[in-house]
Amino acid sequence: MDETVAEYIRRTVLKIPRDEIKMMLQNWGFLSEAQLQTLNFHQIKDNISQEVVQLCEENSADIKQAAALDIIYNHIYQNKRMWSVYQMKKSGEELEYFDITDFKKKFKRRLRSALKNVTITFKEYEDNAIWIRVAWGTPHKKPNQYKPSYVVYHSQTPYVFISSSVLKSTLPLLCQALIVASNYHDIREMELRSHSLNSLKDIVFKRYSQNFQTDTPKPLQGGNVEPENADIRIVEENKSEKERIHRLNQEVFGSGPQPKLEFAQYRLETMFKSDPKMDVLDKKEPFRCLVKFSSPHLLESLKSLAPAGMADAPLSPLLTCIPHKARNYFKIREKKSLYPESFVSP
Amino acid sequence: HLATSLPLPSERDHLRPRIDLVVFMIDIKSKYSLKNVETSLAYVDASYFLGKVCFLVTGVGRKNDCSIETNSVCKLGEAYCSPVLFCELELEGVRVATAQRLVRMLGICAGQIPGVSALSFVSLMRKSNDD
Repeated sequence: MDETVAEYIRRTVLKIPRDEIKMMLQNWGFLSEAQLQTLNFHQIKDNISQEVVQLCEENSADIKQAAALDIIYNHIYQNKRMWSVYQMKKSGEELEYFDITDFKKKFKRRLRSALKNVTITFKEYEDNAIWIRVAWGTPHKKPNQYKPSYVVYHSQTPYVFISSSVLKSTLPLLCQALIVASNYHDIREMELRSHSLNSLKDIVFKRYSQNFQTDTPKPLQGGNVEPENADIRIVEENKSEKERIHRLNQEVFGSGPQPKLEFAQYRLETMFKSDPKMDVLDKKEPFRCLVKFSSPHLLESLKSLAPAGMADAPLSPLLTCIPHKARNYFKIREKKSLYPESFVSP
Repeated sequence: HLATSLPLPSERDHLRPRIDLVVFMIDIKSKYSLKNVETSLAYVDASYFLGKVCFLVTGVGRKNDCSIETNSVCKLGEAYCSPVLFCELELEGVRVATAQRLVRMLGICAGQIPGVSALSFVSLMRKSNDD
């Protein structure tokens, strides 16, 4: 077995939390059940990974199997990576039957014609997701297995989720291969990024609860609604206001859990508006400013702002439009018209 | 009665009993909270500032999250001749003790303790070197 493959397998196993190693190796299916029985999963990870490498040696593992293990790891720990969303466009309306074998063949052929040294691995999952792992090399060097790109493609949709390699130059090649393989004619990056792959899917596939009213809104556990066991001696003077805020929140955010995003970024290219007497920034250039909102769960925290009394309801549409517009990166420019208000660029 | 700000909604006027004590709660982690209290103060009748108003600053247990300086709150208390209490709601002992204090103050403001009235608080507020 190639020692680079051995080292790669060793390092991949080291990444896995000790309690999960057995499950992942079983999932991988490369080592037999008998071989797995010989492993002692109660020793330190260093030793476990060494033993795994030895077993792989016995089975003559090559880079294909090692890459397969890596996909399994990244599928389970998908939230460790940053994902961007891309949308593909078809030229016509023809709904072609999707053939997975054809897709894989065309994808590999396109990439390999541009770059000889690549490792391409596919894995299909039950939710119609096709995972693709690409490790990139150069005409003179073998692929770098430690900086691969990952692509998740749902064949029934025009959306592709990419966690790019840090090797930036590989992205155009990857995009080209995708459109060729899937019979689309164009691909564009959407302004939507997050660590939570499922949340990105929820947003573009519109799987989150939107603001149409369901029959009975269930009370949330977060405490957005008054707890029923509040002391009856407590009188809420602003009860109608609280109810108004709650109702507005439900209308805007819906009653279900929000997709998980970590930030929203607004790049302002607007003119600084100040009191003319203040004489600040008299230049006629746009005032460049970047506003970034960060949170472990941005949409849930925005949803709880008004009920917590930290913001007025309704919130700015710039914040609430995020899931509907499927974007969390915005550019705000001056509107060039009679009314100098800023608007959001498409 | 809990309210998020003053003035109180007029549609509930007929449901409200006499108000004996107004406690303004200021969350030390929120500048907005102090601003809200400062704006609401304008809606309180002057007669309340004879011992029937008090400021309660909460969240003082977390030193790293303070957004308001205690100095500004103390100055507010002095400006309105009203006591400032500090408490940490997340600590049960402090919470209970503060609640008991407020209830005692309320009893005095409501005239339930013979011989002591809300005006006593005003005289206690005066600093010893003022005389």
